Amino acid sequence: MKALTVHQGLVAPLDRANVDTDMIIPKQFLKSIKRTGFGKNLFDELRYLDVGEADQDCSGRPLNPDFVLNQPRYKDVSILLARQNFGCGSSREHAPWALEDYGFRCVIAPSFADIFYNNCFKNGLLPIVLSEQQVDDLFAACQTEEGFNLTVDLERQVVVTPGGDELSFEIDPFRKECLLKGLDEIGLTLQEEDTIRAFENKHQKKFPWLFQELA
Amino acid sequence: MAGRTLYDKLWDDHLVKSRDDGSALLYIDRHLLHEVTSPQAFEGLRIAGRQPWRINANLATPDHNVPTTLNERNAGIEGIVDPVSRIQVQTLDDNCDEFGITQYAMGDVRQGIVHVVGPEQGATLPGMTVVCGDSHTATHGAFGALAHGIGTSEVEHVLASQCLVAKKMKNMRVRVEGKLGRGVTAKDIVLAVIGEIGTAGGTGCAIEFAGTALEDLSMEGRMTICNMAIEAGARVGLVAVDNTTIDYIRGKPGAPKGADWDAAVNYWHTLHSDVDAVFDHEVILDAAAIEPQVTWGTSPEMVAPVGASVPDPDQEADATRADGIRRALQYMGLSAGQALTSIQLDRVFIGSCTNSRIEDLREAAAVVKGRKVAETIKEAIVVPGSGLVKQQAEAEGLDKIFIEAGLQWREPGCSMCLAMNADRLGEGEHCASTSNRNFEGRQGFGGRTHLVSPAMAAAAAVTGYFVDVRELMGDAA
Repeated sequence: MKALTVHQGLVAPLDRANVDTDMIIPKQFLKSIKRTGFGKNLFDELRYLDVGEADQDCSGRPLNPDFVLNQPRYKDVSILLARQNFGCGSSREHAPWALEDYGFRCVIAPSFADIFYNNCFKNGLLPIVLSEQQVDDLFAACQTEEGFNLTVDLERQVVVTPGGDELSFEIDPFRKECLLKGLDEIGLTLQEEDTIRAFENKHQKKFPWLFQELA
Repeated sequence: MAGRTLYDKLWDDHLVKSRDDGSALLYIDRHLLHEVTSPQAFEGLRIAGRQPWRINANLATPDHNVPTTLNERNAGIEGIVDPVSRIQVQTLDDNCDEFGITQYAMGDVRQGIVHVVGPEQGATLPGMTVVCGDSHTATHGAFGALAHGIGTSEVEHVLASQCLVAKKMKNMRVRVEGKLGRGVTAKDIVLAVIGEIGTAGGTGCAIEFAGTALEDLSMEGRMTICNMAIEAGARVGLVAVDNTTIDYIRGKPGAPKGADWDAAVNYWHTLHSDVDAVFDHEVILDAAAIEPQVTWGTSPEMVAPVGASVPDPDQEADATRADGIRRALQYMGLSAGQALTSIQLDRVFIGSCTNSRIEDLREAAAVVKGRKVAETIKEAIVVPGSGLVKQQAEAEGLDKIFIEAGLQWREPGCSMCLAMNADRLGEGEHCASTSNRNFEGRQGFGGRTHLVSPAMAAAAAVTGYFVDVRELMGDAA
């Protein structure tokens, strides 16, 4: 996983609440057995005017000029500013894969759906929760000021505005550590192999029926 | 010490280790797999040179991509017309072979939607932790199991270590007290709950569904409710174990045998919240006040009783919500103030992990029996949740009732719930659907989904419009 320590980037505002993972990456693209290449279909139904198909070359497809990411000023975006309950719905990790593949490193919103939030951390993508008011202010700034940038400092847990204001955010220490160092979570867990084995033996003695073979 | 909630008990019984940083390792008893969210996880294992920790904890079945027409099904995986879908189903097959994982493959009568198959096989048992790379894993909480959806990285993590890195959720209880009215079902309860608390109302929580109305429900009904906990934002839905739970499990292939059965039943009887347990949030609904529900918008919280009208965004004080309503009405092609009963339907879908079990099919068949699908309906399909549900329905003659009424009787799979296979809506088409999500494009590009119960979907099929199903039910019903 890519580490994330300090990230400065251009911000794009996606001004709608309850953006679901079907919207982030529609189902026809989930048929891929790969982990990469989803960026071209990120927000497919909002972004293009035609119906997208899996394995399609997207370079000639008609773009929806009204969609925020199609506007030239957001071309090199890496921070997405969103509204409440971002990432609700399906558990598809293809959603953070698509965001990451497109070039996003951070998503800022007043709230996230649980599974999406969790999936982001496995993919070097940092979801940041700020208050409704702070998010409102960032929307206003982002919409008026072309080239609006933010700096995200994960170590210090702050988002720094161009004016130097620091907006602090919460994050679990474990997730922070993994993201700062780009750690392999499975490798970390397997360092506890003996503890897991011991638990499993005890668990099996207590609940032997949980370990029977399925036909 | 205060009493513990059901969720607390399940958490405690699976806690391998609490770490200093606040995270925890949780042991996973059952891991369900399907073709969409597993290929990258298996690939990850291969790249890292890892083996699954405990093979017999895993059970796989293809469901999202499988075709539901007999023609396409007869030739097995080779017969899947869409080459990308075919590769995905084949990949699950190959991975299960390579790693020795039990799979109910296409052609096996036990194949079906993973959340129907698990309980049906007794692969889901009370007191288990159950995970799957699918958000509707909450379904299994109906058995007093701690069950939730995970992403693909976590699928790989569970395969490799039999554990998840977890953080304890908050406890929320939704109590539905009293008797449900005639024609009102579990689906109406859960839609009403989502309407009440919103799609983010349960975020960060495990929701325990309780109250006399829940106690009266069958396991099928409880599964329908827990299934949609995620649509209220909660990864976990739960119902306490009682005799209904235990009667359902008895005799299932995976049920404990001999002395284990008695030990298990004793333990299962402890799987309820203590009377003095403290919940972080509690919501109480009056069952008698719940009416058949219909969603009118593009989020499950955009729901109303069938007798109501589409809301007016100008009457909504909150700007973000008003904006959401406006967007939804535009997408759905509806006008503010329009009666829900005036919405003309193009298609009907009865199926999905929410409503494709035998009781759901009986409920729908009872409504269409002796009636005909309205001429304006282009297609009405019934997709049983598994091969065994299909078999049972056919033994009861339900297939004939559907076919005589003009509905199509299909092969098991996820089908039009998310339209990864060929079953989908055309642009602008309205669908009465027993599935769980009415998001934009969910059932096909530009498709317009209305979530309803199986009885309400059946009523819509025979009238062509939404109608209060109670108007079609005889006095004896």
